[in-house]
Amino acid sequence: MPASSLINLGPLDYAIMLIYVGFVIGIGFALTRYMKTSSDFLTSGRSIPAWVTGLAFISANLGALELVGMASSGAKYGIMTAHFYWVGAIPAMLFLAVFMMPFYYGSKARSVPEYLNMRFDPRVRYLNSVAFAVMTVFASGISMNALAILLHTLLGWNYDLALWISSAVVLVYVLKGGLTSAIYTEVLQFFMIVFGFAPVVYLGLRDVGGWDAVKHQLEHASTNPVALNLADKATDYGSYAWSSVGKPLLDGPNRNPLGADWFGVLFGLGFVLSFGYWCTNFLVVQRAMAAKNMGAARRTPLIAAVPKMLFPLLVILPGLLAVALTQMGNKEYRIPQAQIETTNYPAAIAALNLAVTQKAAPEVASDAMSDALKKAGNEKVGFNRAKVEALLKEQAAGPIPDKQLGTRLQDAVSNDYNSVIFSLVRKYCPRGLLGLALTGLLASFMSGMAGNVTAFNTIWTYDLYQAYFAPNKSDAHYAWMGRFITVVGILISIACAYVAKRYDNIMDFIQLVFSFVNAPLFATFLLGMFWKRCTATGAFYGLFGGIGTSVLVYGLTMAEGKGGWITNLFTFNTSMAQNYWLATFAFGACFLLTAGISLATARTKTDAELKGLVYSLTPKLVDDEKLWFLRPGVLAVILLICCVVLNWVFW
Amino acid sequence: MGLDIRWPIGLMFTLIGALLTGYGAMTASNADMYERSLTININLIWGLVLLVFGLIMLLLAWLGKPKPGQTDAGNKR
Repeated sequence: MPASSLINLGPLDYAIMLIYVGFVIGIGFALTRYMKTSSDFLTSGRSIPAWVTGLAFISANLGALELVGMASSGAKYGIMTAHFYWVGAIPAMLFLAVFMMPFYYGSKARSVPEYLNMRFDPRVRYLNSVAFAVMTVFASGISMNALAILLHTLLGWNYDLALWISSAVVLVYVLKGGLTSAIYTEVLQFFMIVFGFAPVVYLGLRDVGGWDAVKHQLEHASTNPVALNLADKATDYGSYAWSSVGKPLLDGPNRNPLGADWFGVLFGLGFVLSFGYWCTNFLVVQRAMAAKNMGAARRTPLIAAVPKMLFPLLVILPGLLAVALTQMGNKEYRIPQAQIETTNYPAAIAALNLAVTQKAAPEVASDAMSDALKKAGNEKVGFNRAKVEALLKEQAAGPIPDKQLGTRLQDAVSNDYNSVIFSLVRKYCPRGLLGLALTGLLASFMSGMAGNVTAFNTIWTYDLYQAYFAPNKSDAHYAWMGRFITVVGILISIACAYVAKRYDNIMDFIQLVFSFVNAPLFATFLLGMFWKRCTATGAFYGLFGGIGTSVLVYGLTMAEGKGGWITNLFTFNTSMAQNYWLATFAFGACFLLTAGISLATARTKTDAELKGLVYSLTPKLVDDEKLWFLRPGVLAVILLICCVVLNWVFW
Repeated sequence: MGLDIRWPIGLMFTLIGALLTGYGAMTASNADMYERSLTININLIWGLVLLVFGLIMLLLAWLGKPKPGQTDAGNKR
């Protein structure tokens, strides 16, 4: 975004931001007097009502990157993005509530790795906690970097100042109120986001002319997706999740913008990745573990499932609206693109002409132009393949006048999908409402960092420090360590933010490594919780086998020019499709290896030791709810039916 | 935990709602400003929504106040 288009805030907008910051810090101070033991600080002393942990549970997931990313995917892939919610989240959340929460909460484990320690042995615990601890600080660094860049490009604030001040705010309220502070501000953030973005969606929908008009425009857009610089494969881009204009998902990966097949979506996304995230990621599970009793812990994911099911309205619909508004052409709106400064046109044109004489492929020409522009000092620019191909052809037939060529080049710049949500905020929000929407965004970035830091400090203190480095110290010592590591965690996050700013390749690589590590995880939990014969050795080597399989699959297949470092046996249409299949193979390998090695090794834990940790050895829970329809099982079935209906309505 | 979260939620949204409503009322005659929000005075309307939400939260917090002699904060859900 060029500097001239900074958003101009008024005094009221700043006031709203300050009020929010004031309240979160105030909550931290108000909670200080309840922070007596290490468990008060790190696990909230298991005292929070279900509606609060439920909203915090969903808020910890609805980070700012999710908000930006889902609007972006909404514009890029259409309503199929809803699969991330209705297929990739709801079933897993219900499973967590009904089947897994009894073990997590009932075992009195303070963290997910501690459960692994009880069920298996310390090896599995350390493997999981080290991987998770590193992941949380990187995740929080990536998110803080994104926040600081955003405040810089949108409001013109100084990058360093934005990063350090927002980190300091998080530090103060986490240090004062611990996990309870983080959970309370997540609830505050939940309402800020809903109230901040609902009016933007409403105004956008009204501007297009209602949902039927949106559908109509999307069908128009799908007849010629290249005109809007959408992906070439978006020919079935439309307004239905499963069948759209031509049954995109069922008709095969070549016809839908996700580039994935139905098995990859259902099994890879809907089962392996989704259950792996929702049921084993301590960041979200920690919220449910802080609930005040077993009933509240099990209702936490169920309560969270309700907003999760409706969130596509808030986070994906803006992306669809952006496409519809662009397609209409008379709304003074276009999906944002990076800008080529007029002074840099000659550099790009020279690169294009060179590509014409070399008869270069469109991809090569695009890269050459991007490089030339980068050298000329322009912001990062990518190009739409189909449009560059057309330009190359025309230019070869007879030169287009330079003036016209410049505009054509700008038109060919690929869409900056990540700016979609801000472009809508900018278009529809007058001062006042603007402050509310931006505060919602700021809130979600900060609570994202707080969530990661509170998960990190618990894992470090209980699963690494207490378990490995310094067992048998006083509780006051661990409480001190919890606070100390909070400061350290935030400092490491800030360092990671600078790494992310400077080297995006390193961050891509780290995220890739984590996708390898996380892919097989759910197989270990599934076998551990539901099969008493599963042994620690089986689980440990099974995990390694699964991680190895991920690496191998990545080495043997390619997508979007990435992977295939051994040899390329298969090319996926998109990295997403590759990721689904990678997870599927990793899960399968981990499952088979764990089961096989378990059968070959002797059990180290007796039935009595596994009571409360394995399904078949745990007495059935007696639901304490007085009203039958409030029982977790019943609620889960009702929610599942709602989810199926939603999928059917948007079929 | 001792602090009922509904107090801060209620207070914050009542405050922001009141500010937004007041600002909306003050700028009601400013047609240029609300051109972007499709000529709707969104600040006034949305400010009132926030105000009502904040007051409802405060009411719930007040009703859920622990009575003397009761230890739990009485969050029924």
